[in-house]
Amino acid sequence: MSETADTVIRTMLDQTDGDIAAYLEACVHCGECAEACHFYLATQDPKYTPTYKLMPLVKAYKRHKAPLRSVKGMLGLLPAEVSEEELREWESLVYDSCTMCGRCTLVCPMGLDIAGTIRKMREGYSAAGIVPDGLRTARENVVKTGSPMGVTAKALKAQIARQEKETGLEIPLDKQGAEYLALFSSMEVMGYPEVIGAYARIFARAGIDWTISTEAYEATNIGVQIGDGPLARKLVARIVDAARKLGVRHVISPECGHAYGAIRWAGPNMLGETFPFEVIHIIELLDRLRAEGRLEIGEKDARRITLHDPCQIVRRGGLLKEPRRLLDDACADFVEMKGSGVTNLCCGGGGGVSANPRAEELKTQAFSCKKAQLDAIDGLKAVVVPCANCRGVFEDGLDALGGDYEVIGLSELVADTLKD
Amino acid sequence: MGLVEFIEGPAFWFALAVFVAGALWRFVGIIRIGHKPDLAPPKGSAGWGWIRGNLRHFFPRGLFAERTWMHVLGGYAFHLGLFAVMFFAAPHVDFIRERLIGVGWPALPRWGFIIAAEIAFAGLIVLWVRRFSDPVMRLISDWDDHVGSWLTFLVMLTGCLALERAHVSLRALHMGLVELWLIYFPFSRLMHAFTFMLSRGATGASYGRKGMTL
Ligand code: SF4
Ligand code: SF4
Repeated sequence: MSETADTVIRTMLDQTDGDIAAYLEACVHCGECAEACHFYLATQDPKYTPTYKLMPLVKAYKRHKAPLRSVKGMLGLLPAEVSEEELREWESLVYDSCTMCGRCTLVCPMGLDIAGTIRKMREGYSAAGIVPDGLRTARENVVKTGSPMGVTAKALKAQIARQEKETGLEIPLDKQGAEYLALFSSMEVMGYPEVIGAYARIFARAGIDWTISTEAYEATNIGVQIGDGPLARKLVARIVDAARKLGVRHVISPECGHAYGAIRWAGPNMLGETFPFEVIHIIELLDRLRAEGRLEIGEKDARRITLHDPCQIVRRGGLLKEPRRLLDDACADFVEMKGSGVTNLCCGGGGGVSANPRAEELKTQAFSCKKAQLDAIDGLKAVVVPCANCRGVFEDGLDALGGDYEVIGLSELVADTLKD
Repeated sequence: MGLVEFIEGPAFWFALAVFVAGALWRFVGIIRIGHKPDLAPPKGSAGWGWIRGNLRHFFPRGLFAERTWMHVLGGYAFHLGLFAVMFFAAPHVDFIRERLIGVGWPALPRWGFIIAAEIAFAGLIVLWVRRFSDPVMRLISDWDDHVGSWLTFLVMLTGCLALERAHVSLRALHMGLVELWLIYFPFSRLMHAFTFMLSRGATGASYGRKGMTL
């Protein structure tokens, strides 16, 4: 076995705990999962069947870790060793054609968490340096600047200054003892900086004592997306250190699904500690403020608007009702897409796929499923996409496939509909 | 000892022992791999999630069933039919009472057995045809899937042939195949009859911690 294959296999198997083992053991090869995966739905290519993407790990597990493997070995029933060639052949399936959206889990009669298992496979690939170029560049940017898009603290400050000017409100930076620390994704800072202004407007109205740290403003965790465990830990640690230093009681995860999963659900396990602060998603916080009567809505948005449920926020994050309550308040004509909520279709660009230029065409094909859902709504004018990454995918997809829908963030919509 | 006595006697006990020991070994082996405690503050109960996950995946979701109804029907028919004949066919109830645990329960009438067996056969054939004809299924299927299906089919077929219990050789043939099936079970994908709990449970627990009701 080559050194590369050995590293991939060893790391993948190290990552295979009892839960992953149960998944690998329980699959009955029924093929249902294909019907849930947007990559299969859009292309009808069987290689995009979710369980097929796991094959190298399944083989390695059966050969090296599964119970009863020694008896099977004596009978010559073990699968052959996984070769480097095979691993490289699977690389695009592991990185380009899984957004780790978790939709296949819902249709699977065995409840396999394919997304979580793909993440373990990526750990193996990343340990051996087999990573798509786009993600490699993002990783280099993170190492240099702390942000996958290379957003420096200087660039952040410039964007903040612009938002202060636009809103006429002060945006507190590195404020010691603030109650809330807000994180953003690079995509928000550079692509949708009005999100920062929206926070300022909402928090000023609700009387929230908040701040942004110039040491830890980036919430996107490229380490999680690539499967680079040490980097993922480092990025979480940076946020935790800054939060400790500033003495905040809550850290606000931005409208970015993967960032939320990384800091809220995976973060404590990466660092081996329960954080001394609460991690709260911005949607959760807005819903809390709404419930407390601290977000008074003025004129509702009258357009016909629908909601895209970002997979990591809704299906894998547990925030299902919160965005709907906010939209009911802010919109006069809010309509659901077919299959919305936990069974929503992914936009096609999560899990690092949108940062991987090699996957561009496939991503656009997958987005066609989403677009069909939008097109099915009569008179639709806008879609609320509460995840900066999905939002970029929507804009690119609508650009490529046509479609005259405005794509908006939830925080901005809430800020825009606040009572004057 | 003649062949029939051997098949119905020591061979059966041997097969049963392999089945029980192998299945237990594999099941416990998976659990023993273990996992680290989750340190993220939960929003709900992992235990309830485990149970809910196990129950929820018994039922298909309407949205997906639109695309997969054929397979879902086949799956239900096969599993329910097989369950009924396995545990409620009169010869099986007698066998369990007389040779295994000393207690029995009401058995299916003959017509009930025939309906259950037909449903099971119909389901198995649907699943089987799909395994050969569907491009996705062809790609992901391996020899274990086929051996498991064939063995189960032959067990069911010989079981029907042996129903009268008058033909000793047919009964022995059925028993022999059952023994093969029992021995094959712990080493194969047939184990999903037990491992489904672990897999659904793991996902359910993780969703439960996140406060999600699926
Ligand atoms: S997690 Fe999503 S993208 Fe990945 S295989 Fe499953 S359905 Fe497809
Ligand atoms: S739906 Fe589940 S059990 Fe069926 S093939 Fe896919 S992963 Fe395996």
